[in-house]
Amino acid sequence: MGGCCETAGLGSVVLMSINEKPKLEATLITGRTIEQGVEKEYGKSSREYAESVAVCYIDAEDMKKLGVKEKTNVQVSTRFGSVVVKVLKSPRTPHPGIIFIPYGPWANSIIDPETHGVGMPSFKGVPATVEPAADKPVLSLTELLNAQFGKV
Amino acid sequence: MSVVTAVTCPVCGCLCDDIELTIHDNKVVKVKNGCAMCEAKFMGYSSEHRLLKPMIRKNGELVKVSITEAVKKAANILAEANYPVLYGWSNTSCEAISVGIELAEEVGGVIDNTSVVCHGPSLLSIQEVGIPSCTLGQVRHRADLIIYWGSNPWSSHPRHIERYTAFSHGRFKKSAWKNYVTKIKALVGRKKVQSAIKRLFVKEKIPSAVALSNFRHTPYLQTGKNSRKLIVVDVRRTKSAEIADYFVQIEPNKDYELLQALRALVRDQELEVDNVAGVPVEYLEEIVDAMVSCDFGALFFGLGLTMSGGKMRNIDAALSLVRDLNMRTKFVIMPMRGHFNVAGANTVFTWQTGYPYAVDFSLGYPRYNPGETSVVDILLRKESDAALIVASDPISNFPRKAAEHLTENPLIAIDPHMNVTAQVADVVIPSAFAGIEAAGTAYRMDHVPIPLKKVVEPPKGVLPDETILQRILAEVKKLKQANVREEA
Ligand code: SF4
Repeated sequence: MGGCCETAGLGSVVLMSINEKPKLEATLITGRTIEQGVEKEYGKSSREYAESVAVCYIDAEDMKKLGVKEKTNVQVSTRFGSVVVKVLKSPRTPHPGIIFIPYGPWANSIIDPETHGVGMPSFKGVPATVEPAADKPVLSLTELLNAQFGKV
Repeated sequence: MSVVTAVTCPVCGCLCDDIELTIHDNKVVKVKNGCAMCEAKFMGYSSEHRLLKPMIRKNGELVKVSITEAVKKAANILAEANYPVLYGWSNTSCEAISVGIELAEEVGGVIDNTSVVCHGPSLLSIQEVGIPSCTLGQVRHRADLIIYWGSNPWSSHPRHIERYTAFSHGRFKKSAWKNYVTKIKALVGRKKVQSAIKRLFVKEKIPSAVALSNFRHTPYLQTGKNSRKLIVVDVRRTKSAEIADYFVQIEPNKDYELLQALRALVRDQELEVDNVAGVPVEYLEEIVDAMVSCDFGALFFGLGLTMSGGKMRNIDAALSLVRDLNMRTKFVIMPMRGHFNVAGANTVFTWQTGYPYAVDFSLGYPRYNPGETSVVDILLRKESDAALIVASDPISNFPRKAAEHLTENPLIAIDPHMNVTAQVADVVIPSAFAGIEAAGTAYRMDHVPIPLKKVVEPPKGVLPDETILQRILAEVKKLKQANVREEA
């Protein structure tokens, strides 16, 4: 399917694979939320911090298309990796085709590391697919770190 | 119980210095004037995740050790490394940063600060194009048009709007807050009328979008000489966008096109398209009208601009737009700096080495070439062989691939919190919170230096970053001398 530029703006594209599991092609934006800003001050090993960043804000229409309800799990994948997070309905819609994950280890496991010669990876505007993943758990921080680095 | 006034908030680049703290029994018990993030910091800094004892990884486990042992181990790692990376720095005082740079020079490593993953591209652009800027005080007192581009101050700099821009009460410009409240009341009133009508004539559908579009497109501050206008450009309708007079919802990665289109319009050129970046040209014309007809405009840009496609070229375009606008009226531009002392890190780096970030001392003198000497690139190329992280959490902030290389080599973390980096580090040294348990200096986003206060004592045995770094530096120097003697 198209890259981010074609997908965004023209609305979201929902693909049906053979086993009829819907998939959403979207542009991933990562950024700050005030909840994440507050929780990080309490300490990043707190459960609240994980709850505030292991989430993905999706447009209500896109959620319908995907057939997912709020607080259920979805798998977000990019060329750089894949991660399971909880869906939250985006409070500021409409923004079809744009999904948002707050800064944190979950978002960073799927963003584009390439810095294009300026030293900074692409934290915003990465093409991604979202699919329902009711059967997969959201990893805790320790589990995530263990899976990624095997050292905690 | 005692009250300390005029405390500086060590959280975001706004560096609000009007915080009032009530201290009881060496603990902050009440925070006045701060936003939610400020309150969380002052009330939560001594939470259960606080680091209290230095630790070293032995047989895969972090075990508690004395501060002397931790410092020795850290110095050993750095002295033995060929190409260590010293990273972080934006959440500590300028005094600590200064020692850090000396340490980087001593060990022949690379020192980089967090601006490399936030406003690094902005700095590169500013070096190329230049920046017409001013202090936030000027904006507060004089600006009548505020633009936030790719920035959501409501969440990232909660008091920016209230203290310095649209809702602040300046000497020459009035706060827009009252108008906003009136507007909201009117909106709520209209909604009530609508639902009343709905109840009366159930079948008749009143589209709620009407109310919203009225709100978004009717500038409510057009009248009055002293009023201010607010424009927000973003890919999402953020909370900040909701209070704006004009909200421009732009397609992701299209900032460059939009900025260049605005430049053309400012120069009175015609656009031969209907839409740019998903925004109707008519609407853009309205916005350009507002821009050129203001007396003093201020454009604040955030990571939405530096991090999306085009990166530093976006900033080039934004700086050029402001340069063009200055031919018609007075306009300034400023990056919204995130961490409270990231501007200080850039400043101290520059005055000590000549460069704002990504400084490489491996040849014995400072070299600067972002893309080559910047920390993420070094990690992706797997070149570094040790790292010292001060007051930052790259393991949770860097892309996974870069973070991976950090964990594969000896890693030293100096931080008040048991953050993710500390959890995977080999040496962990707890430090006092700059601005709460340690005094110092920090630079606000407009490069005004502001003193940080020490309001409570740190936990027993916990030292400020500056002292820890000085001890590591002294130890490294000792090791080097010993080596020289051995060789002789
Ligand atoms: S706006 Fe920033 S500096 Fe001001 S109180 Fe809030 S967190 Fe602190």
